[in-house]
Amino acid sequence: MHLSQEVPLVWYLILSAVLFCLGALGFLIKRNLITVFMSIELMLNAVNLSFVTFAHQWHDVKGQIFVFFVMVVAAAEAAVGLAIIIAVFRARATLAVDRIDLMKL
Amino acid sequence: MHLILFIIFAALCLTGAVNLLFQKQPINSALSLIVVMTSIAVLYLLLGAEFLAAAQVIVYAGAIMVLFTFVVMLLNAGREERTLGSRAYRIVGFPAVAAILAVIATGFMKLQGFGDAGIQDRITSTAELSTVLFTKLLLPFEVTSVLILVAILGSVALARKGDAEGREPK
Repeated sequence: MHLSQEVPLVWYLILSAVLFCLGALGFLIKRNLITVFMSIELMLNAVNLSFVTFAHQWHDVKGQIFVFFVMVVAAAEAAVGLAIIIAVFRARATLAVDRIDLMKL
Repeated sequence: MHLILFIIFAALCLTGAVNLLFQKQPINSALSLIVVMTSIAVLYLLLGAEFLAAAQVIVYAGAIMVLFTFVVMLLNAGREERTLGSRAYRIVGFPAVAAILAVIATGFMKLQGFGDAGIQDRITSTAELSTVLFTKLLLPFEVTSVLILVAILGSVALARKGDAEGREPK
């Protein structure tokens, strides 16, 4: 393989698939509420990467605009989600997801 | 050149993501997530998305992750504990996620006519992006501002001390 070679766009897509799966794995195996939330952010980022790759392939600016909107929604989601985490911590005094498995106090 | 940059930052991305999974302290996970997001910003630059690279650094690596580290410190989140449930999710999680990865990856491999990415060609300028954003997609753009406003009000209402009527706790 020559080092001045161009990168196949499929590699970017595979990278985004691997990142998405690592995020999904983190969502399943992490036991801390904040880390579970971080895994969701990782999945959003992975999908954004594949959006940009498709926009590059098809010379279409709409894919990038989609990423822009995903970023806006992710920012709003992070603010509200972290506020919910603070409210949950205040009510339960724990961040372990196994102890927050009931709706009722 | 493109290949070298891609390999370096893709490796950094994957290392950060794996490190996020295997760190026990939430603050370490948050810092490795910052590494992932910053290297994704470099990958955006390689794909010619200059505005999104800047937005990625400012919004994700800046604003969102500062919020995360702030909450980690505010709630004094310590080491996570291993429970019976976590072992069950480990046993189920790894095969399930491997299956998802196999499905997505074969789907991507079958894509026809995918070209190579060069550094110089096809840079989407910010002007090009904003022309579409502020003409064709002006209404969705304005709706997101309402969304942000609602999110601000919602997070303040949720994180506030006291009950729904606004009384202070005794």
